[in-house]
Amino acid sequence: MKAIVRGFKELIKYPSAVAGLAMIALLIILSITAIVRYPYSDAIRLWRGTEQDWKDSPKFAQPAWTNFFRLNKLSETIQLDSSQHPDYKTVDVKSDGSSVIKIALPFTFNTDSYQKDLVVYFKSKFTEKHPFVAVSLRTPDGRNIRLKNLAIGLTETYRISQDKELIQKLGGEVPEVALFQDPESDPPQPLKGDYVLEIEGVTFEPGSDIDAEFIAFGDVSGIAGTDHLRRDLLIPLLWGAPVALLFGLMAAVGTTIISMSIAAVSTWFGGWLDNITQRIVEINMILPFLPILIMVGTFYSRSIGVILGTVIILGIFGSQIKTFRAMFLQTKESPYIEAAKAYGASDTRIIFQYMLPRVIPVLIPQFILLIPSYVFLEASLAILGLGDPVLPTWGKIINDSYANGALYNGWYYWVLEPSVLLMFTGLAFAMVGFALDRIFNPRLRGQ
Amino acid sequence: MAKNDTPLLKIEDLVLHFKVGKTGVVRAVDGVNFNLGFKEAVVVLGESGCGKTSLAKAILRLLPKNIERYSGKVILNGVDTMALDDEAYRKEVRWVKMSMVPQAAMNSLNPVMKVGEQVAEPVMVHGGASKEDALKQARKMFAHVGVPDQFIDRYAFELSGGMRQRSAIAMALVTAPDLIILDEPTSALDVLTQANIFNVLKRIKNELETSFILITHDIATSSELADKVAVMYAGQIVEVSDADRFFHEPLHPYAKKLMASVPKLRATVEPDFIVGQPPSLLDPPKGCRFAERCSKCFDLCKDEPPVEDRDGRLVKCWLYV
Repeated sequence: MKAIVRGFKELIKYPSAVAGLAMIALLIILSITAIVRYPYSDAIRLWRGTEQDWKDSPKFAQPAWTNFFRLNKLSETIQLDSSQHPDYKTVDVKSDGSSVIKIALPFTFNTDSYQKDLVVYFKSKFTEKHPFVAVSLRTPDGRNIRLKNLAIGLTETYRISQDKELIQKLGGEVPEVALFQDPESDPPQPLKGDYVLEIEGVTFEPGSDIDAEFIAFGDVSGIAGTDHLRRDLLIPLLWGAPVALLFGLMAAVGTTIISMSIAAVSTWFGGWLDNITQRIVEINMILPFLPILIMVGTFYSRSIGVILGTVIILGIFGSQIKTFRAMFLQTKESPYIEAAKAYGASDTRIIFQYMLPRVIPVLIPQFILLIPSYVFLEASLAILGLGDPVLPTWGKIINDSYANGALYNGWYYWVLEPSVLLMFTGLAFAMVGFALDRIFNPRLRGQ
Repeated sequence: MAKNDTPLLKIEDLVLHFKVGKTGVVRAVDGVNFNLGFKEAVVVLGESGCGKTSLAKAILRLLPKNIERYSGKVILNGVDTMALDDEAYRKEVRWVKMSMVPQAAMNSLNPVMKVGEQVAEPVMVHGGASKEDALKQARKMFAHVGVPDQFIDRYAFELSGGMRQRSAIAMALVTAPDLIILDEPTSALDVLTQANIFNVLKRIKNELETSFILITHDIATSSELADKVAVMYAGQIVEVSDADRFFHEPLHPYAKKLMASVPKLRATVEPDFIVGQPPSLLDPPKGCRFAERCSKCFDLCKDEPPVEDRDGRLVKCWLYV
């Protein structure tokens, strides 16, 4: 314990280590935030969610804060729901039981780019006779554009952007552009100002009701943006941190400790045991690591536990065992080990109390540097399509973005966000690792 | 102790051969016999490479992997230790009945352990004692060998060569064995420190009633401690004698030459040397192994000489038959 405190004090003398530790702390805070804000089951439900879970969020939306750096601001999502705001709605009940329901949804459009998609969701109550609605848009300059008349069911979706008749009426232009244009301007400019979406409904039964929700999807959304399935990227970005850290840490701990112990035991007893271990390592070293993982992922399971297990098993008999063996061979011949043998120390005592402590100083920096390499491995596997099918991870985001041509379409945020986090993780551990290296290998000091 | 008639250690025909390459056999220890009584110190003398360290290792069964032949009897306190299996040997003999200060003992301390803990280590390994008890025992031993108390919490690299050597000796003593084998305990130390170490050994011998096997090149200083001298040449013991008579007049021609090689203070006699080198133990000559370097060599020397008893002194030479 004292040694750990002393080592820590030594470590914080290095500015790079302090920065690295701060970055690791930040990643841990990120992980905790993820778990607190989106508990595991929620995160999984949302990540694997259906259209219904994400109907209110736009596709391919950039992070909202990017507007801060833009001269021409991108549009934000506009969402208005008459069931949430009763004052949008006026109901006029007639004596014959029918009623006229007027819904006015006012919104301000003042960005330089158009909305992406316009949708109206209707909800109604009736027993037999379908209510009837007429949808129109009042523009700031006083025009009133009729959009559509339709009879609605219990739930009805009217996609303004895909209304072919409307497109025809607007002269072949897509509605989200044509409706918000200033007809006087040339070349066409967006017309900024207060718009009102007016819905006039008629119900034919007593107790019938209509509610409307208008969504004009924007180009920016949230602090992380969204992907092709309208999912908020904040969830996988947050959840990627604990998954990556845990994977990296467990893979590093697993491979290092097990391969160190195997190297110590096989070197100590030598003979056929050492021979067999070395041959296994040599065979394992020529086996292609990635194809084996791909095979396991394809034919058996892509669950992160299975992949982690495979990585550890393949990693144990990796090249580090040779490094450890070289160190142990040297230690094994030291006079103090022979002395220990002479005074009757048992094999276990010699291996675990005399040999292992000698390599630990060399091991700790290596071990810290190994963590990000396994984080990258996990991300690479996800990019190759071997990511855990359930968990939201950084690699999965990159995989999705790649599959949807993010770079080709200019959705750089989609690739950059997880990449920056991956680089951040790598940098954090590298800075701590190099500082530790200088502490434990004093020959590197002051050079 | 009234067991002086039965020796503490009885070695009979001890053989330790190493394999070298595919067919080579190094006869490092080739049929060694000698006895050692209680509270007795025997000095094993001989040139480099004549098998002294191998003899020590053969006695304590600290064997390398390339053993060709390991046989004979090592009877310690009436128990034939060669009959014990490795695990029993480790538990019952090493450091319980005999311990060793290895060659280059200064390096035999664990660099990542405090010296005190290192010295206490054998007690914990064998006695199963608690750490406190073991450290208490270690502290006592430090007092015996003259290491000041404050050194107990230091690491080996913080100690001088002499202090490390003393610590190694303390480690050999800590379990109070009957026999301690010291393999060149004073090599690589300066003369003053050597004298100090020998004084420590002398005091220990008187205070702790321990027997010693002292392997050394240093004939002059060892003469102070020795009760008995065994001269080793080419894997065999050529002379075993009580120290008084040996240092007065050695019998074997090799021993004579060895004694003559010791420089004497203010004497006009030049130190003598022995022509040639000891024979290779890979293929030792038949007959007397010293024959080709011996000035008194005659016909009989081409046969193996018997061991003759001359008034309690054992000598392996045709001259005394």
